[in-house]
Amino acid sequence: MSKVLLSGNEAIARGAYEAGVHLAVAYPGTPSTEILESITQYPEIISQWGSNEKVAFETALGGSFGGGRTIVSMKHVGVNVAADPLFSLAYTGVTGGFVLVSADDPSMHSSQNEQDNRLYAHFAKIGLLEPANSQECKDFVKLAFQLSETFDMPFMVRITTRVAHTKGLVSLDEPIKKEILPYEKNFPKNVTLPANARRLRVSLEERLQKLKEYNETSPINKMEMNDQTIGIITSGISYHYVKEAIPHASILKLGSTNPLPLNLISQFAQQVEELWVVEELEPFMETQISAANIPCIGSSGCIPFYGKDLLPRIGELSPTILKDKILGITPAQPVLDPQSPIRPPVLCPGCPHRSVFHLLRDLRAIVTGDIGCYTLGALSPLDSIDTTICMGASIPMAMGIEKVHPELAEKLVAVIGDSTFFHSGMTGLVDAVYNGYTGTVMILDNRITAMTGHQQNPGTGLHLDGQEAPNIDIENIVKALGVKRVQTLDAYDLDELKDAIRTEMKTREISVIIVKRECALISTTLTGKYHVIADNCVACKACLRIGCPAISFNGVHTVIDPTLCVGCGVCIQLCRFGAIVKDVN
Amino acid sequence: MNKTVLLVGVGGQGTILAGKVLAQVALNLNLDVKMSEIHGMAQRGGSVVTQIKMGEKIHSPMIEVGEADDIISFEKLEAQRYLALLKPGGNIVYNDYEIAPMTVITGAAPYPDDIEENLNKAAGEVKKIPAYQMAEELGNIRTLNIILLGYVAQSWGEIDKEVWLDAIRVTVPSRFIDLNIEAFERGYNY
Ligand SMILES: Cc1ncc(C[n+]2csc(CCOP(=O)(O)OP(=O)(O)O)c2C)c(N)n1
Repeated sequence: MSKVLLSGNEAIARGAYEAGVHLAVAYPGTPSTEILESITQYPEIISQWGSNEKVAFETALGGSFGGGRTIVSMKHVGVNVAADPLFSLAYTGVTGGFVLVSADDPSMHSSQNEQDNRLYAHFAKIGLLEPANSQECKDFVKLAFQLSETFDMPFMVRITTRVAHTKGLVSLDEPIKKEILPYEKNFPKNVTLPANARRLRVSLEERLQKLKEYNETSPINKMEMNDQTIGIITSGISYHYVKEAIPHASILKLGSTNPLPLNLISQFAQQVEELWVVEELEPFMETQISAANIPCIGSSGCIPFYGKDLLPRIGELSPTILKDKILGITPAQPVLDPQSPIRPPVLCPGCPHRSVFHLLRDLRAIVTGDIGCYTLGALSPLDSIDTTICMGASIPMAMGIEKVHPELAEKLVAVIGDSTFFHSGMTGLVDAVYNGYTGTVMILDNRITAMTGHQQNPGTGLHLDGQEAPNIDIENIVKALGVKRVQTLDAYDLDELKDAIRTEMKTREISVIIVKRECALISTTLTGKYHVIADNCVACKACLRIGCPAISFNGVHTVIDPTLCVGCGVCIQLCRFGAIVKDVN
Repeated sequence: MNKTVLLVGVGGQGTILAGKVLAQVALNLNLDVKMSEIHGMAQRGGSVVTQIKMGEKIHSPMIEVGEADDIISFEKLEAQRYLALLKPGGNIVYNDYEIAPMTVITGAAPYPDDIEENLNKAAGEVKKIPAYQMAEELGNIRTLNIILLGYVAQSWGEIDKEVWLDAIRVTVPSRFIDLNIEAFERGYNY
């Protein structure tokens, strides 16, 4: 069949389709989001967003125990959320094939950390495949389903941002038809009571041992012998960096890396004069190779062995880094590299989050933040978020600060988005009611999961495929969780919002303000644009304090860029001189 | 043929679509191609870059210092930001339009006034195109990406125009094909 251009994520979706997958679940997170979005083009696969990664994982798990092939995808930190069921699933094993896609983000293009989730595969004792490009994404997903069923264990397919978001050529195959197995109750396998778990623990080691034997001869673990003065063991995207930087090297390319095929690695090591391990982030392979003493096993004594002592452990690798560190080739210097003012991401023009942070800054609130577009409220000129740790942390953290500093209770505000509230905010709020938090909570309901590119969530009234869904009302949830002071306000009405925040901050009782307004990028209600009447502008710059990218100062007066303004009208509420007016037409 | 192209701009400007058209051109020419794009946070008004490499066999999707044959920039300052990646003597095409980054809006830094000078110093050929105005004339500012691409197609010369038009037809949604082909022609003939 012909070749098509697919990103790694699209290729994973295609692989799931060709593997006859029945159920696909995910929670969005860059760089993994497009996997499930691409799966929706295959109506044969049941696909849905989970409210968080643990829920998504457990839904897929149920599908597997029910006899279907299932795939669940998430960004690297999502695996932290889903880790609990992951570790037990390794014990029970699967019924239908089960694949977890972990999309890691070396260099933190869109993440709060750069954890290396290969260590999870090792820790949880499951299979691990590391595709290097789009074609392998598709092929490895299909293989992962086979192996999952053969070795009775979940498989992790671990990709990184470069693999996920690079488009490359992929040849397509026909899908296979997989029947869903009939449901069968299986107490010794599927109920992890200690008595069963102890037996499963032993069987887990046996299954891993068999997988190790497979990995020794797996077709995706292969040597490319070339100049034997240098041998490089590598996996994932690093393989392509090696091929570009050191095309003459002998390479052992590993696609299936847990448990590591140490015999194969040893055979390779004995054929080269110098051994390198080239892998991004942690020395996952290197540490194990070193512990097995492989560089010293050959007849000629120990060969030189290099890895993280010379290669960076932080951030992405690149051909330039490899040429520099391995071949000693000094990196090219730019002809000209003038200083350019940085362009950090910003809240979009018309973003309903903007007014909230403008007010919280002016009210000098202590703001515990959460994760979403609204995290950008931490940046200048809004400067109003004090903490960002992980999804769901805002409410419990505000409570923790109050516990050690009761005198700050009237300053504390936790802010959390709608998707994040459904993800892991609700339990925190229940706890805050239970344990007597008296500060304020603001739920910024922009009717969508915006940061990751506008995915539906339980509050939007729509499913992944655009079909209508039960619309779960946040205000009702908050009341049901035991909060007495709850109100829903419009993000674009500054005065009303300011009064409410001020009052609730002062009130020594937990209160929730839901700020509701559609994300400006999906809004169907925003119309018109605003402009500045130069003669009226006194250059007080009050309107610049909201940090709208459409408003700038030209040295004399402020100007509104008509290509950026979407007409939210928040800025006119800041101008006391009537200098901002709506366009007439 | 080997080409290494950097498409840069401000998140939300449509660099990714232009990249897809370029990648489709490579596909039509039976070349290997890799296109690496940034999603996520930077898409919110940050500096964004799409990297495209085409040729016999492409390994690394990354474009590093001194490797880009062409920089196609959707905004003036962004053209300068990635200068280090330009090959000595490489070409720059940019949309003659300024979008102030937040650091400029807040007064933390000025919008540089020596950008044209710098571009001319570093590049073989620099072309500034009033792509916003041209797109506005066409009635849709989102066509600015294809206008820029049209100019690039003409300046490269070596690829048959039909190959480009075909790539546009395959890549853009059907109801926008005519509009984008018109945009391409305007860039091509600029
Ligand atoms: C555990 C975890 N999963 C996923 C993500 C990726 N992620 C970052 S922000 C975000 C969505 C936030 O949506 P919402 O709370 O509605 O805020 P918005 O972006 O719409 O303002 C997601 C899913 C993450 N950072 N951590």
